[in-house]
Parts: sequence; structure tokens; C-alpha cells
Amino acid sequence: MKIVVLVKQVPDSGAERNLRADDNTVDRASANNVINEMDEYAIEEALRLQEAHGGEVTVLTMGPERAAESIRKALSMGPDGAVHVIDDALAGTDALGTSKVLAAAISELAPDLVISGAESTDARGQVMPHMLAERLGFAALTGARKLTVEGSQLTVERQTEEGYEVVTAATPAIVSVWDTINEPRYPSFKGIMAAKKKPVATKSLADLGVAADQVGWAGAATTVLSHSKRPARSAGQKVADSGEGGVALVDYLSSEKFV
Amino acid sequence: MAEVLVVVESSGGTVKKVTLEMLTLARSLGEPAAVVLGAPGTAAPLVDKLGEYGAVKVYAAESTEIDEHLVAPKATALAQLVKAVSPAAVLIGSTQEGKEIAGRLAVKLDNGVLTDVVELAADGTATQVAFAGSTIVKSKVTKGLPLVTVRPNSLTPSPAAASPSMEPVEVALADTDKLAVVTKRVAEAKGARPELTEASIVVSGGRGVASAENFKIIEELADLLGAAVGASRAATDSGFYPHAFQVGQTGKTVSPQLYIAVGISGAIQHRAGMQTSKTIVAVNKDTEAPIFELADFGVVGDLNQVVPQASEEIRKRR
Ligand SMILES: Cc1cc2nc3c(=O)[nH]c(=O)nc-3n(C[C@H](O)[C@H](O)[C@H](O)COP(=O)(O)OP(=O)(O)OC[C@H]3O[C@@H](n4cnc5c(N)ncnc54)[C@H](O)[C@@H]3O)c2cc1C
Ligand SMILES: Cc1cc2nc3c(=O)[nH]c(=O)nc-3n(C[C@H](O)[C@H](O)[C@H](O)COP(=O)(O)OP(=O)(O)OC[C@H]3O[C@@H](n4cnc5c(N)ncnc54)[C@H](O)[C@@H]3O)c2cc1C
Repeated sequence: MKIVVLVKQVPDSGAERNLRADDNTVDRASANNVINEMDEYAIEEALRLQEAHGGEVTVLTMGPERAAESIRKALSMGPDGAVHVIDDALAGTDALGTSKVLAAAISELAPDLVISGAESTDARGQVMPHMLAERLGFAALTGARKLTVEGSQLTVERQTEEGYEVVTAATPAIVSVWDTINEPRYPSFKGIMAAKKKPVATKSLADLGVAADQVGWAGAATTVLSHSKRPARSAGQKVADSGEGGVALVDYLSSEKFV
Repeated sequence: MAEVLVVVESSGGTVKKVTLEMLTLARSLGEPAAVVLGAPGTAAPLVDKLGEYGAVKVYAAESTEIDEHLVAPKATALAQLVKAVSPAAVLIGSTQEGKEIAGRLAVKLDNGVLTDVVELAADGTATQVAFAGSTIVKSKVTKGLPLVTVRPNSLTPSPAAASPSMEPVEVALADTDKLAVVTKRVAEAKGARPELTEASIVVSGGRGVASAENFKIIEELADLLGAAVGASRAATDSGFYPHAFQVGQTGKTVSPQLYIAVGISGAIQHRAGMQTSKTIVAVNKDTEAPIFELADFGVVGDLNQVVPQASEEIRKRR
């Protein structure tokens, strides 16, 4: 089975994140840039399928130059190679534009299966898998907490508000995964060394046949007008429990009319 | 006045709160028209409630095929409706399925999409909250109509009676809409408690609760307050509480009137899911716990003493 894993580089969700004052894009220079956490689960799932069924795993990333670090990190977990879509004209691309570019890159790779994270931790759009399925005519099995493959038939358990749904489709398909699906491996020393020699193909928009005015600032279908920091919440009253903490809590709740 | 399409979310014949919030928002933008996408018979029991909140029309796109296939048929039905009525805006709940429908619709219409919107002005300017609630973004769709997903609990729904007419919508599906087949839907018991993302009070437990068994003290307090129960990732990863109740970056985002965090340290990824709550209360034995930095009221103490005592006290005051 030929598998493409989508990997987005994002600012670390465990640290302070900012938008830039000049163009309202993510301030990547001051951030610790990491693999979108959910995408590590996508990589792990792809590797497990490869171990069980054979085939090939390719990482696909659209992002600026520094995204190359995340690609190497992804490769150190085990995938065979990567495609890095990089082009100055991509600055300012929104979700709709990103889906155009990724769909073009996926078409070229012609995989049986695409695996992505369920959402990115920066934009949290949760839109990309279905946008890609729509463009590619692939089945979309999204929000998976479990994936099983039998021949060309895929079955997922999709997490929902109420519980879960069982959804099936044949390849070619795109599956997006939550962090409940597996436990991603840590790269081994051998993996890290091997990753340095794995092929990473860089592709420009021209290589993919996507017109530059369809993406980036020029092609954007949305615009950020301004942004500001939300005033930080300030700490209120704090009482130490000396036997009456529960009562004090209820006093507060009733003063605020919750009880 | 142009119509504003509101995609209805419902469960078991009941309209979800986010839909009432969107109808309320839609009234400030134009004439609210509710859109029901589902199996035959889904719309009828919802019409009264939708009318109560100002829906002037209820479009019913109903078929077994919509129900039996994941997301794609709903987007196709909605796209056909948008083309037919040229609405002023399309509002969809910022839930997993809502965002997925919005993503597909954006591609079908070659239209921009904004997710996690908390406000939408009449001129189409949207307010989004980003980066764990720390950043407020003003944005706009510049290509096509305002297509936004609205975050649950962003505004208070207010009734405004209308008597909607029900309008059936014929849907022509393509083969590619029927690739992903839903073979089973399983509801995991949540009992009689309100839904986490809709509840006006949430009581959450963390690693400090220490066991699945001990979560009963969280549930007890929640039930006395009519609250939903939530959990930190440390609590769900340790198997103390089901994953579906996780609050935070990779769980649910909640924005209730009152959030009570019990035995939760307040990691940034947890805060991502609860930071915009109106009032925050924390119980933690560590006076340095970061959760206190955002708590309006905090009790430093052992949750095993404080929480049962609070429950007892609420009972006494009844
Ligand atoms: C705070 C913030 C808010 C934003 N809001 C919007 C908005 O409202 N509307 C809009 O159009 N754009 C928005 N963007 C831009 C958006 O982040 C990018 O266009 C992005 O590439 C796709 O959206 P997503 O991250 O939400 O994808 P999601 O749908 O959340 O991502 C799901 C998965 O798709 C894959 N994926 C996503 N992007 C890439 C990539 N570049 N390379 C490889 N794989 C990828 C990953 O596997 C990821 O786990 C926002 C950006 C930020 C930082
Ligand atoms: C990509 C990513 C995504 C994540 N997503 C989420 C998410 O969605 N939600 C989430 O919650 N976390 C998430 N996390 C994890 C997060 O970083 C924290 O590890 C987690 O929130 C910690 O949970 P906790 O506060 O329950 O546990 P801890 O940090 O261990 O805190 C336990 C607290 O309980 C207190 N305590 C212990 N015993 C008692 C007692 N008897 N009485 C009173 N207080 C007591 C302690 O003082 C401590 O403050 C994510 C992490 C990553 C990297």
C-alpha cells in the first residue's frame, strides 16, 4: 500500500504563541516550531500499516524553509521519504489555498491512502481532510480513533460527540486521526541517522502546476484584518482550606448565584 | 432581507443549543432560515423550536443517503441550496462535523471559510479566538459569502417567535458523495448530565482525583449543580474518565458560565479548552498551581476534603 502522511509544522502548543504585528501570520521566528502533535499519530499509524501490509510511506509538508527540520524529525520515526512543497508565493495561504496545493502534490504521488492529523494545533481548522477529499474524489474517513485495513477496504471508528460511528470505504481514501488512535514511537538513534540520508523532494508551485495567483496573499479567500492579545485573566481570591474550604467554596458560588 | 442559512444540529429530535445561538446571531444579519440535513423525518419535530428562535423557514433536505454516508452528501445538499437562494451568509456549528461540512462547501463554492468564529458583524467582519484563547483575530471572507463556523457558547440564545414554513429540498447526490458508508452509530452513555460543550456549568477532575472510582466525588458535585463533568488529559490518559470528556487543546473546548477545576494543574493545553469560561473556580492542594493564576476563586486544599464538604453544604442549603 502506498501511503502519504500529511505533516504540518506548527508553533509548540505548550509555549506562548503569537501572530506577527506586520502581516498577521504566525510568528515562527520566536516560536519553537514542531511537528503538529496530532500528525505524529498519523505517522505512527502509517508505519504500523506498513509493518503489517508492506508498501511505502511518504511524508508531505507544505511550509517555509524551516519546515525541513520537522520533515527530518518525521523521517526519523521511519517513513521512506518526503515531499516538501516550498515556494515564496505560498506566504499568506489560507485553508482553501493550502488544499489546492496539497491536492496537487497528492495527485502526483497517487497514493492508496492519505493519513493526516484530525486538526492542527495552531489554526484548529479541522477542514483539510474533507477539502482534500472533495478535490481528489477520495473517500474521507475522519476523526478516527481506530483504523483497520483489509485488502482495499478501510474501516474506522470515528469519535463523535455522542460516542463513535463505524465508517467504511474503499481506497483511495483519506483518514484523519485523533491522539486516541495509538502511541507514537520515539525516533531511535538509528532512525535519526537514517533520516539524514532519506530522499526529500522539494517542489515549487510551478512543479505542481498550481498558478501562483491561486494561492498566497494573491489568491487568499479570507483575510485577517487585525489581531490583539486577549487581556490575561487575573487571579482572584484564594483561600487556604483549614477545615472549612468546601463551605467557603459554596459561599462563593452562592454569592455568584450559582447555588 | 436576504436569508441567512443556519445549519441545524440536533440529536434525538432535540435542537442543539449551538443552533439556537446561531439563529440568534442570524437575526442580526438577515432573515434566519434553518437547514436540516438528515434522514427522512428529521426536520418535523424540530420546526417548533427553530421557529421559537426566529427561523422564518425550515429547509428540509432529507434522505436515507444523507444519513448513511459521512459528511459529503450534507455539503452537496447545502451547496445546492446556497446556489438556489443566494443567502447573505452561511452559519454552521464549529463542531467536528460542522467544520467538515464547511470545508467541503468552501471547495465546492470556491469560497473562503472562517472557523471558530465567536462574533460576526453585519459587514461580514468575524471575530475568532486563537492560540488557547490568548489572541483575538478580526477576519473576513474576501471571496464569496461569509461562510463561518460558530463556536458553541459564544452568545446567549434569545427567543423571537416566528412561524416557519417547511420547505423540502430535493438533493441530487454524486457517486463521490457516497464513498464513506456509516455502518453503525454508537452512543456511549453520558447519563442524564448536560452535554459538555453546551453546559452552563462544568466540573472537571484531573490527575489529582487519583482514580476512576474517586471521580464519583466530581460527579456528585456536578449533579448537585446541574453541571457536565469534564476531565484533564492526565485523567483520561490514566483511564479515570472516558476520553470523550477531555477538555483542552485536543479535547473539547468549553465556555460555560462556571468552570470548576479540581485537582488540575492548569497546563497551557488544558487552558486552551476552558480559558474563556465566564467564572473559573479551582481546588488544588498546591498553592503554586498555575490554574490559580486564572481562577476567580481558589481553594488551596485536599480535594478529598473540600469537594465532598462543598457537596454536603449545597445539600444543606436546599
Ligand atoms: C490562528 C490561525 C487561524 C487560522 N484561521 C483560518 C481560517 O479561519 N480560515 C482559513 O482559511 N485559514 C485559516 N488559517 C490558515 C490555516 O492554518 C492554513 O491554511 C493551514 O495550512 C490549513 O488549515 P488548518 O491548519 O486549520 O488545517 P486542519 O484541517 O486543522 O489540519 C488537519 C491536518 O491537515 C494536515 N495539514 C494541514 N496543513 C498542512 C500543511 N501546510 N502541510 C501538510 N499538511 C497539512 C495536517 O496533517 C493536519 O493535522 C489560520 C491560521 C492560524 C495560525
Ligand atoms: C499536544 C498536547 C495536547 C494536549 N492536550 C491536552 C488537552 O486537551 N487537555 C488537557 O487537559 N491536557 C492536554 N495536554 C496535557 C497537558 O500538558 C497536561 O499534561 C495535563 O493537562 C495535566 O493534567 P492534570 O492537570 O490533571 O495533571 P497534573 O499536571 O499532574 O496536575 C495534577 C494537579 O492535581 C493537584 N492535586 C493532586 N492531588 C490533589 C489532592 N488530593 N487535592 C487537591 N489537588 C491535588 C496537584 O497539585 C496538581 O496541580 C496536552 C499536551 C500536549 C503535548
